[in-house]
Amino acid sequence: MLRAIIPAALFIVLAGFLWIGLYKDPSLVPSPLIGKPVPEFTLSTLKDPTKNITQADFAADYALINVWATWCVACKQEHQALLNLAAQGVPIFGLNYKDDRQSAIQWLLEDGDPYVMSAFDESGRVAIDFGVYGAPETFLIDRQGIIQHKLIGVMTPVIWQNQFVPKINQLAAAPTQSYE
Amino acid sequence: MNKIIALFVCLLATQLVYAEIINVQPQYEDRYQSLLEELRCLVCQNQTLADSSSELATDLRVQVKDMLEQGSSDQQILDFMSARYGDFVLYTPPVKSHTLFLWLGPFALLLIGVVTALWMIAQRAKQAPTISEADQQRLHNLLADQDTGEK
Repeated sequence: MLRAIIPAALFIVLAGFLWIGLYKDPSLVPSPLIGKPVPEFTLSTLKDPTKNITQADFAADYALINVWATWCVACKQEHQALLNLAAQGVPIFGLNYKDDRQSAIQWLLEDGDPYVMSAFDESGRVAIDFGVYGAPETFLIDRQGIIQHKLIGVMTPVIWQNQFVPKINQLAAAPTQSYE
Repeated sequence: MNKIIALFVCLLATQLVYAEIINVQPQYEDRYQSLLEELRCLVCQNQTLADSSSELATDLRVQVKDMLEQGSSDQQILDFMSARYGDFVLYTPPVKSHTLFLWLGPFALLLIGVVTALWMIAQRAKQAPTISEADQQRLHNLLADQDTGEK
């Protein structure tokens, strides 16, 4: 009897692990930065090289930091979603990542600019501090500048509703206020 | 034939595009190489920073080089990387509660294997065929007969 049960049990355990593995995306690596303050940085703004932007500029009840680049195809996909969020009053800051300044400005002129402002990270050094490993990535930070959530990949209305809105509502001082 | 040779030369030449030049000062070369072998590239996850030709890997190699030249210790560099990208970038993950299975799992499996093997051997020893007194006597006689028969 035992002789039949043990291999069957081992098989079920192994199959269980493999089954769970099917639904996990190995490219999504949890960020150790969640719960930590936004990294300190000083960069020039995308549109005006003489103007600086630092983490202090993110001060708001909450803000999104979106890592984008003109060479990033998926960034093009989420652009409309970001424009819609910006139109609803969501403050989005851009981190333009390893890009060409002129092409980036051109892109915003042609396709619309969802960003309060964008930082221009030509070398990608600041992005390393943010733990960026692929654009697009979107961080949610709270009033104290603590990173509350990180999305790797394309922002969609569904992801916004499911992942971001609940967090933002939690953060909001007045629980009745909704950011939908 | 010449066209084929030309084609191969062109194909080989494409490799040169990836040969970036990061000049590490010779006194840091060994540590630089071993650190790159120790760090995972998050873009192509089964490659080390040394193997990967992704842009991020290049940037991180420059980061490692700069930190070495600024006098950072190996541990400081590994800490820098894991603070930003998580323990997953380390090919030797630290012993923590959620990596315990990773560290102890193989030994636990080995232990289970050894215990199972010992148990099976013990079982088998118990089941060793026993011969009754009468059979033993018959066997003895048979062997004795055979011996005399051969003579």
